[in-house]
Amino acid sequence: MNAYNKLVKDLAPKKFNKWSILWVLLLVAVIIAGIIAYIDQLIKGQVVTNMRDYALWGIYISNFVFFVATSFVGSVTVAILRLTNNEWRTPMVRIAEIISVASIIMAGITIMIDMARPDRLLNLFIHARLQSPITWDVIIIPTYIVISLLLLYFPLLPDFAILKKYYTKTSPKLSKWYGKLALNWTGSKVQKTIQTKSIKIIALMIIPVGLLLQTIDAWLFSTTYRIGWDSNNFAPYFISGAFVAGVGALVTVIYIVRKVNKLEKYITDFHFDRLGKFLALACLTYLFFNINEYLIPAFTAKKGEAVHLETLFTGIYATLFWIVTIGGLVLPTIALLFKKGRKPLPLFIIGVIVVVGSWWKRYIIVTPTLLHPFLPIDGVPESWHHYFPSLHEWIITFSTLAMAFLIITLLVRYLPVIPIQRTADEQKISESEKKTES
Amino acid sequence: MEDNNKSSRRKFLDKGLKLGLITAIGGIGLSKISSKLNAKSHNNSSEKMELMTSDGTLIQVDSSEVVEIDHSKNKDEKYNVREGMPNRKFVMVVDLAKCKNALKCQSACNKGHYITGENAWMKVYEMQESKETAPYWMPMTCQHCDQPACVTVCPVDATFKRRDGLVLIDNERCIGCRFCMAACPYSTRVFNWGEPGQEITLNMNMEGHTPSPEHAGMPSIKGTVDKCDFCPHMIDKNKLPHCVTACPNGVFYFGDKYEDTVTNGEETLRFKKLLKDKAGYRFMEGLGTEPSVYYLPPVDRLVDFEDGLDKYNKYQSVAKPE
Repeated sequence: MNAYNKLVKDLAPKKFNKWSILWVLLLVAVIIAGIIAYIDQLIKGQVVTNMRDYALWGIYISNFVFFVATSFVGSVTVAILRLTNNEWRTPMVRIAEIISVASIIMAGITIMIDMARPDRLLNLFIHARLQSPITWDVIIIPTYIVISLLLLYFPLLPDFAILKKYYTKTSPKLSKWYGKLALNWTGSKVQKTIQTKSIKIIALMIIPVGLLLQTIDAWLFSTTYRIGWDSNNFAPYFISGAFVAGVGALVTVIYIVRKVNKLEKYITDFHFDRLGKFLALACLTYLFFNINEYLIPAFTAKKGEAVHLETLFTGIYATLFWIVTIGGLVLPTIALLFKKGRKPLPLFIIGVIVVVGSWWKRYIIVTPTLLHPFLPIDGVPESWHHYFPSLHEWIITFSTLAMAFLIITLLVRYLPVIPIQRTADEQKISESEKKTES
Repeated sequence: MEDNNKSSRRKFLDKGLKLGLITAIGGIGLSKISSKLNAKSHNNSSEKMELMTSDGTLIQVDSSEVVEIDHSKNKDEKYNVREGMPNRKFVMVVDLAKCKNALKCQSACNKGHYITGENAWMKVYEMQESKETAPYWMPMTCQHCDQPACVTVCPVDATFKRRDGLVLIDNERCIGCRFCMAACPYSTRVFNWGEPGQEITLNMNMEGHTPSPEHAGMPSIKGTVDKCDFCPHMIDKNKLPHCVTACPNGVFYFGDKYEDTVTNGEETLRFKKLLKDKAGYRFMEGLGTEPSVYYLPPVDRLVDFEDGLDKYNKYQSVAKPE
């Protein structure tokens, strides 16, 4: 077998094995449970959640913020590394794009789950008011979905053409689909110029749009008078947090895909090392903005803010706050500074910790603030003084996470997770060479 | 053939012309007669009417001169719920010196707005600035801010600010995102997490009743936000809001800033003078939300703060039906 054919065979999508099928079934089961819980929520109202007039937002919102943050990986890894000519990105960009697409789609769905009247969704367009940060979200999320899809799709064109050819005999049906998606890609010079140009424009566009997405997400909170949200630091704090969550998710997914699809030859220790350094950069940036957000304000905290910081530092949220900050950010950063910490397996573990930490981080951003309004919480049942998600909220949230995983899994199943054409170009092997080589 | 055609056309024109002339003459004649009849009725009246001018003097006018002013009859149709009552600006003054947490305001509000939830729209907070200062009771309604944070963030214009000062909610438009609740610094907004169930708990018949922003809670709608509406449905009937009339201590003064008067039902005072004399202030003025509710400091109190403690219930603001 010549080098080119071997490359295509290695990188072509792999059929599900037994474990993958089991995994998909598990995801589908969780999703179905979530849908049932959601229908129940629609019928009974959000009284099935543990949100009440004080804790008026809960994990639906923090989960939404998490998805938005994770979707940032598309902008950072793909676009920024592309524009800075970091060649090592090649085997990771597609997975980053896939995560980005899955996350932003789920962000859009999650925010709708939080709406108590989804039947009035169209009001957001009919009666839209431009000064509301929610309207900004309504504009930026679909925009980001479209750009992310394009950033995933355009580089895929040559690969689709390759796969069309590859599957002609083994699976004509699949081949037909790939052929349709390839949009008559022949690899001619004209097509290549158009494609390169388009990708360049999209990569340029997704950076400001991605930054805006994170910023608007932060403004959703900082446009209120709430202590803990009313912060000028919020936009960069969210952007750097998204950097961490996104790259963390990328590390995690890449490790699993590499293992399942046996891509050790293409995604090497070198790539993990680079990715580890990238994650370290993200964590350090985030640490800086965390210090800006929590430590420095402690010096001049007004009374309300002091109470808020106290609940985080030593109060009822202290355990969670310190686990998330130390365990989910400081320790991973330290580990990443060592070469051994950037080996595939340790990096995978760090990635998981960072992602889980990122999820809980959003929880700690949303909930404590709501439970410290300016006026005392009075005249409401004792249970309204606290918030912990109800069973409905947990099931629905896990279901959204499962949906994100399912989108990723299906895309990994049908798309070449490592760009075939690019890899071939970089390794300087081409189809025409096979005669000379073989 | 052609000749025949021509003559028939001429005939038609001739006849038509004659007919037209007759009708025209007839029409003129008719109008002349009718105008003469009209003139007769005019000249007939020679009665005088007594009227009073705006400065109070009586004058006599020929009754034929008197014409009814054309009142715009569709005034009510033109009334815009989002613009509010023209040339009014509603304000409230709360005298903290008089409040002893009788909580009649709260129960009247709960009743008047058919509140079935567990969080009242009208609350009396136990306040104390610092350890050394005296505690006092502070009634809190929606502040009806002139720079309302809630209105700014609403994505669908469901909550809106009117010219007459009120901040109201269109419960048929609200999408239930609760951003307004997050934005409000006074924790005054309440959400219908489930079915309000007013038909069952309060035995009400809501059928055929269309919800209006001018009577919040009539009915409450699942998945939307409710709050104090300053009772425009009472103002409309020339009555005071429920909390004002219910208060046994005359704590609440309600009125119109443009008229410069506020009343608690017993005494009517000049709004500006009251604020000046008693050093009125607004709650959290520093936020810049420009509330329409003013407070008079709790000075020279006739009752002990402790008297209100009997009624104080940290965990309940809406009485549950047994």
